[in-house]
Amino acid sequence: MVMVTVWGSLRDATDGKAEVEVDASTFIEVLNALKRNYPGLTQQIDRGVSLAIDGLIYKDSWFTPVRPDSEVVLMPLMVGG
Amino acid sequence: MAFDEYSKRDFTVIGTRPIRQDGIDKVTGRAQYGADFSLPGMLHGKVLRSPHAHARIVSIDTSAAKALPGVKAVVTSADFPGTGSEVQDVQDHCLARGKAMYDGHAVAAVAATSGAVARKALKLIKVVYEVLPHVTDIETAIKPGAPAVQDGLRHKKAPDRFSDNTTGWCEFGHGDMDAGFAKADIIVERTFKTSSTHQGYIEPHACLASVGTDGRADLWCCTQGHFQVRNLCSKMLDMDQSALKVIATEIGGGFGGKTTVFIEPVALLLSQKAGRPVKLVMTRDEVFKASGPTVASMTDVKIGMTKDGRITAGYALVRYEGGAWPSDTHYPGAQCAFASYDLEAVKAQGLNVLTNRPLQAAYRAPGSPQSTYAVEAVVDELCVKLGLDPLDTRLKNAAKKGTKSSYGPTFDEIGLIQLLEAAKAHPHYSAPLGPNQGRGVSNGFWFNFGGETAVSLAIDFDGSVTLVEGNPDIGGSRAAMSMMAAEELGIPYEKVRTIVADTASLGHNEVTHGSRVTFAVGLATIKAARAAKREMCARAAKLWGIPAEAVAWENGAARATGHNAGNHDPITIEEFGATCTKTGGPIVGHHETMAEGAGVSFGVHICDLHVDPETGYTTVLRYTVLQDAGKAIHPAYVEGQMQGGAVQGIGWALNEEYIYGTDGRLQNAGFLDYRIPVASDLPKIDTVILEIPNPGHPYGVRGVGETGIVPPLAAISNAVSHAIGVRMSELPMSPPRILKAIKSKG
Repeated sequence: MVMVTVWGSLRDATDGKAEVEVDASTFIEVLNALKRNYPGLTQQIDRGVSLAIDGLIYKDSWFTPVRPDSEVVLMPLMVGG
Repeated sequence: MAFDEYSKRDFTVIGTRPIRQDGIDKVTGRAQYGADFSLPGMLHGKVLRSPHAHARIVSIDTSAAKALPGVKAVVTSADFPGTGSEVQDVQDHCLARGKAMYDGHAVAAVAATSGAVARKALKLIKVVYEVLPHVTDIETAIKPGAPAVQDGLRHKKAPDRFSDNTTGWCEFGHGDMDAGFAKADIIVERTFKTSSTHQGYIEPHACLASVGTDGRADLWCCTQGHFQVRNLCSKMLDMDQSALKVIATEIGGGFGGKTTVFIEPVALLLSQKAGRPVKLVMTRDEVFKASGPTVASMTDVKIGMTKDGRITAGYALVRYEGGAWPSDTHYPGAQCAFASYDLEAVKAQGLNVLTNRPLQAAYRAPGSPQSTYAVEAVVDELCVKLGLDPLDTRLKNAAKKGTKSSYGPTFDEIGLIQLLEAAKAHPHYSAPLGPNQGRGVSNGFWFNFGGETAVSLAIDFDGSVTLVEGNPDIGGSRAAMSMMAAEELGIPYEKVRTIVADTASLGHNEVTHGSRVTFAVGLATIKAARAAKREMCARAAKLWGIPAEAVAWENGAARATGHNAGNHDPITIEEFGATCTKTGGPIVGHHETMAEGAGVSFGVHICDLHVDPETGYTTVLRYTVLQDAGKAIHPAYVEGQMQGGAVQGIGWALNEEYIYGTDGRLQNAGFLDYRIPVASDLPKIDTVILEIPNPGHPYGVRGVGETGIVPPLAAISNAVSHAIGVRMSELPMSPPRILKAIKSKG
């Protein structure tokens, strides 16, 4: 199981919880599990998100491994100038 | 891992300052920019734009224009093959559909045998408008009862006190805010405003489209990402991506403003309809009115601090105005506001507000300068009230390795503490100030990222190297890539030529944004060079009859190593090139990746300035930029990025603003009335590069292109506030605004 932190304005979809636990071992499994367990997150995830895994931001790397003790933070999709 | 770990090493090419390969072309006029391309039979395109800030388009009659001799095509939004795609907002921005959303919004376009005929044809297009109520400023647009820019887009979580123009809402942070503020000895709360500013690139948008009778098309354009141009245009025109080849011309500045499309789909539509190539070039007036400036902002900040300078809690509400369509710049605005600090209690909320202005476009670290300005100004005010040194206070609260950032993740290796210490030790910080002079400092933060990247590297017959990348060269990236390839291959920089390939010649490359190119394309270049080296070592092993593991690449040649490798003369890269047809064919290394592991970036700026108390005119006297580059590949280009960001931030702080009249029309759409700083306005911008390696890149590179624009707004605002003895809270700090503040002292 992996603990995932969601940003504040998404917590309505996670019963007010800042951290939720999901069964996942990769980037894409985290997103799929979040959508499955918290359908209210689906629209935002499908629109585009990043994941910070152990401090590094991954834009869209589905096969990136996630360990049970990884720090995983759901983040908006990044754009820059 | 998806990224290469950093390993410490000595460099021979990296860190030197060779002449950039495109330099001579650019200073002699040989370089070809967007407007320089022409084709036989080419037509000239012109765009008809709305004179109204907000109006329903009742009808468009193009018959008279079409009948004008020399006119070969007229298009409106109805000529797009469809609606409802995920790029509909961008499509509507390119050609108005049903409503004109802002002054200058494109309504129709003409292609004719000359520019004069095209301009005459525009006058013959009859558009019937029903003028609607408009709103162009954020303060009015967010109030309940404001004219609705678009219906039905209100964000479900938007607070009731804000109007239906509120289309986005986000919140980040952690900790107990009430407990944090309860611990404070002093709390400062203030609201700040910034204006829309344009990226101010010198080269206007320009493109040349040629659609063949088979439906396949070529498009030349100045852009930060020709693969993104292909994505957007192919969706709008319902084309296979492979049917559209986009060629990036040289680019005269972008700074984020050329990460999307404005005229390119229109040129393709015109060419498709006319059956001939069509060139479209924006005027400067059009660039200001109809390409994307950055967001305007209103930000509330509340910070609590103990007497000894420890921040106990920080709160920000970021309100960004992003034009007539929803935008997400409030997200990074909220995320970046407190990113420089190690806080137990922090909350940043953000929202987007619609106005009748062009859709905002990215501008160097989009969203970060505005919110950082507000936070850094309040930190400065707290330091003044408590008699604390502003750098010591920032050091006391600085984010570091292990800090849970204000936007969620825990920081790895970062260099903010080192930057603040270097700033404290810099002679600038202790230099004396004269009358009516002030000094300001500020932190700044930007994420940086990587993205999809593909490069190919060929060993030519003479041993020279051709490197092919897919990102337009904006800040000297061809030189930087050549340097990394040369370093890895152990050959002189001059032996590598880097070219920017079109979309048909390479795998997809993400736009040049997010300070990604030196990091991500550099990483792919290093990996491609390593692939070529592996191939050459394998061929050497075959020639020598030894295992491949017994061959190593050193100083531009394959060498037999190890106890049983035997005694063989090294084979140089020139020899591999000359014999490649006999040893297995062309030698090419390539690498395709979703580059991850971009390290975040911090900067610290110090500014001294003088304010004339009689006129309110500000003169920047001294300016120092300190920034962590991870590893500076070509230090001169890193310095250039740091200086450029600072100068743009100075313009934002002191002069630049979009000014709309009560009629909703832009009043200063030109460089005479929209004043950007020029060299004669400024002192030399001093730079200090720190190199705290990014663990996610083989050479330790961090992106440097964007962070430099984050700190100047607050550094200058703090300096002006100290010089005049009044806390400033609105940008730009133009002379009238400063005079008003001085007079407010009584």
